[in-house]
Amino acid sequence: MSDPVTAERQPAERILEVRGLRVAYASDGGAVVAVDRVDLVLSRGEFLGIVGESGCGKSTLLYAISRLLSPPAAIIGGEVLFHGRDMVTLAEDELRNIRWRQLSVVMQSAMNALNPVLTVGAQMADACRAHSNMSSAEITARSREMLRLVSIDPIHLQSYPHQLSGGMRQRAMIAMALLFTPELVIMDEPTSALDVVAQRSLMVQIKELQEQLGFAVIFVTHDMSLVGHFSDRLMVMYAGQVVELGSTRQVFERPCHPYTGGLLEAFPSIHGPKVELLGIPGSPPDLARPPMGCRFSPRCPLAAERCGVVEPGQYDVEGDLVRCFRYENVDQPEAAAAAGAPGGSP
Amino acid sequence: MSDELLRTEGLTRHFRVGRLARQQTLHAVDDVNFTIGRAEIVALVGESGSGKSTVANLLALIYRPTKGEIYFEGRPLSRVKTRRQRLAYSGDVPMVFQDPYSSLNPAYRVSHGIARGIKLHRSDLARQERGAELERVLETVGLVPAADVRRKFPHELSGGQRQRVGFAQALAFRPKLIIADEPVSMLDVSIRAGVLNLMSELRRREGVSFLYITHDVASARYIADRVLVMYAGHLVEEGPAEEVLQRPKHPYTQLLLSAVPDPQAPLGLADTTDVGEPPRVVDPKEGCRFQPRCPYAVAECGKVTPALRSIGSGRRVACHVAEADAPVAAEPAATA
Repeated sequence: MSDPVTAERQPAERILEVRGLRVAYASDGGAVVAVDRVDLVLSRGEFLGIVGESGCGKSTLLYAISRLLSPPAAIIGGEVLFHGRDMVTLAEDELRNIRWRQLSVVMQSAMNALNPVLTVGAQMADACRAHSNMSSAEITARSREMLRLVSIDPIHLQSYPHQLSGGMRQRAMIAMALLFTPELVIMDEPTSALDVVAQRSLMVQIKELQEQLGFAVIFVTHDMSLVGHFSDRLMVMYAGQVVELGSTRQVFERPCHPYTGGLLEAFPSIHGPKVELLGIPGSPPDLARPPMGCRFSPRCPLAAERCGVVEPGQYDVEGDLVRCFRYENVDQPEAAAAAGAPGGSP
Repeated sequence: MSDELLRTEGLTRHFRVGRLARQQTLHAVDDVNFTIGRAEIVALVGESGSGKSTVANLLALIYRPTKGEIYFEGRPLSRVKTRRQRLAYSGDVPMVFQDPYSSLNPAYRVSHGIARGIKLHRSDLARQERGAELERVLETVGLVPAADVRRKFPHELSGGQRQRVGFAQALAFRPKLIIADEPVSMLDVSIRAGVLNLMSELRRREGVSFLYITHDVASARYIADRVLVMYAGHLVEEGPAEEVLQRPKHPYTQLLLSAVPDPQAPLGLADTTDVGEPPRVVDPKEGCRFQPRCPYAVAECGKVTPALRSIGSGRRVACHVAEADAPVAAEPAATA
């Protein structure tokens, strides 16, 4: 009742469980904690959106989950259980068996992620050879099939990345990620370099592929409006911490954390009356010196005196996890209503 | 129109592509006519590859038109020839670029680019007055305290602040029209509103006109007075922003609008989507360029290029099917 979206997909098999994950970057001024005590659980076939501004730790979290961090970044605590095995302690050759086959990553900019001097086909074959014993004929057949799946003519196996449009490059990246039909695909802002029309068609395609092949998706973006129609659950990050985690519907209809409310009202709409937008004044804090208390308090329009002193915990608001003092004593929904939605929905 | 600032007449830009034996002509911009008034914000919207940026480069004199003419304050730009004339024009019509991470020189302080602009374009100011002017433009774009900000390097600023530096540089010229090519698309959603608000404020306080180039129709609605929609080098629809975006006539404008992610719309997978892309217009034949993607195309669309025609209340549309009063969506039966 509290969470209709996830309730539908019972029995849910947990494929990924992140517990108390902390990631730090070593710097001259000491460790900078970019991901701070993040917990999350992902079920088979689920679509999880992660939103937040630049520098809030979204990408670092993804890289930590897929063990792609390189120095000076390192995991300093917590565990990442993928099918019950802790990714954090796995050796490189064990990771190799998991990567691409069970878990794959789609990078932010296809322009930089694809090799400009190799054809798309050669790059797909490369991934196949590194992670399986497929014959050349099988590799070609598989590559053609995957390209067709993302609506690219297989003739483009012979094309170089510069011969494809931005949207096609990004779709080719997704085709590569799906070569072995993994159970989890991690996407780091795959649409941010595209214009709205290409972005929309790519999102719809990802959703269709997901329904067809049944993989789970972790989708990172700074544009909250983008995932609204596509994700099952939404996680909002700010300054390395999870500030709100709940079903997408609930977060959109009743954002609890003031930061979520701010993100939701930051962009103009094409419908309804024109209202002046304020965005979220200020910028995310320097993680080398995070503010005392609630990390959002310096920018928060609703901050109370205590917010700048004591760090809030995560409180349960009807299945939504919220890191804000205004929900500290909310055990019954009446009090939640009395606290009022910060978004101030009309 | 008495308050007209800039007008294009049959603006056309072609590029030659291919090797010698198989030379072809790429039609980036074809026969585009529009005006920009004083203190007016005009949005030019379209997908990647629709010719928006070519129009910007033509207005900024980076390209010269293949055919057609641009009139700025009534004077044709083809007469701008000497270095001095070009400098005067680029002071009147500066450009703000898309990527604030690569458009500022990382080796110089914020003050460098602005001071150069003032020195080049503001001969009315004495040397001693330049510093004050520099701080004034920084304050105008909301970078305060200006005395601190001017000494910073680009890497010390956030993306939104860097884009404000871009506007401060343009503003230092005391411009009449700023060409802003996708100024917010590289910025985080949470700070886009601030930069958009800055543009409306500069228009209000300094009386600057803007040509705002974007693929985001919602932001165009937010700040623009008028909207121009481009597809494959043609202007396909034009009119007051609110009119065009609330009651789009051209099927392409409707497609653009349907692609805007809107959290206020009911949740759930929306209708059909389109996987097409704007064509590369190489040696085009007669006919509407949107026809292959158009759900309402009729036989005529493949034969005759629709002309931009007036449909009242300041609106123009280039479509054979669109009616003056009925929106196209209301009459799909007409395609049968």
